[in-house]
Amino acid sequence: MRQMSMGILGRKLGMTQIFDEKGQSIPVTVVEAGPCSVVAVRTIASNGYSSVSLGFGDVKPGKLTKPYRGVFEKNELEPKRWIREFRIEETEEFEIGSVVSVALFETGDTVDVVGKSKGKGFAGVIKRYHFQGGPASHGASKFHRQPGSSGSSSYPGHIFKGKTMPGRMGGGRVTVKNLSIAGIDPENNLLLIKGAIPGPRNGLIMIRKQNGAPK
Amino acid sequence: MDARIALVESRYLRKETPEFRSGDTVKVHVKVTEGNRERIQIFEGVVIARKHGGMRETFTVRKISGGVGVERIFPLNCPSVDHIEVVRLGRVRRAKLYYLRKLSGKAARIKERRY
Repeated sequence: MRQMSMGILGRKLGMTQIFDEKGQSIPVTVVEAGPCSVVAVRTIASNGYSSVSLGFGDVKPGKLTKPYRGVFEKNELEPKRWIREFRIEETEEFEIGSVVSVALFETGDTVDVVGKSKGKGFAGVIKRYHFQGGPASHGASKFHRQPGSSGSSSYPGHIFKGKTMPGRMGGGRVTVKNLSIAGIDPENNLLLIKGAIPGPRNGLIMIRKQNGAPK
Repeated sequence: MDARIALVESRYLRKETPEFRSGDTVKVHVKVTEGNRERIQIFEGVVIARKHGGMRETFTVRKISGGVGVERIFPLNCPSVDHIEVVRLGRVRRAKLYYLRKLSGKAARIKERRY
């Protein structure tokens, strides 16, 4: 598996716009990121792979299940709502209980953001796969948002697997790559990320630093 | 809106904005970059609209330049708008003065607002 780079967990707060020094407006998403506590450090020697698990989000201990709470109690940590694993190679600088904050990033860094997209329910092919649909007028009858033909005739004689059709849309894990950090507020644990990121407000997101130049 | 978004926005909001509304005549001092020199250009005209609010607020200024109507939309909080000077207060009966586009000369005058 390709190694990830270190990141942080956060909560999407919403979008706004800011201005750069040239007077250009920049759309930004405001994210409450960290502080995350390191919940587990796994190494190749002891676990067969290396990773760092972060916990994020305040939660009443009673809201968690006993086994989940045990992860924190074992290490005498504050319980956190979410735990997510980052598969990174160099885990030496992290130990259980240490804190990862927005100081991990600098303004201008390129990051990948992972979130769970908003569910759209049962969606037609126009919304789901950007089909063109039919004409709105010129005598079109009952053919406005239809998928049209789904395949050929006796050859091949069946619909190909993976044919794009209506169905459940959204609510899945989405990664948006190559976003840049437009600003950092370490005092309030805020990150400003240029552009939109997946998920609803208050949704959990993962912000990963990007290794090297984008491919 | 989340208080923390308001906090972020508060850092970018214009510090001092004179009170002005539709119908007022303003001088907008705009920073213009030519090559690597920066100078101030003044755009003077009637405010015909103020739109949106908070960080996204904009205002539209209309003037007649060389017999041609020119409108410019300025983001209120844009740092390239150096400052705004209110020249004349106008008395108008609506918030959006788009009807001025169809008027010219004497008909396009606006009464002065006095207290």
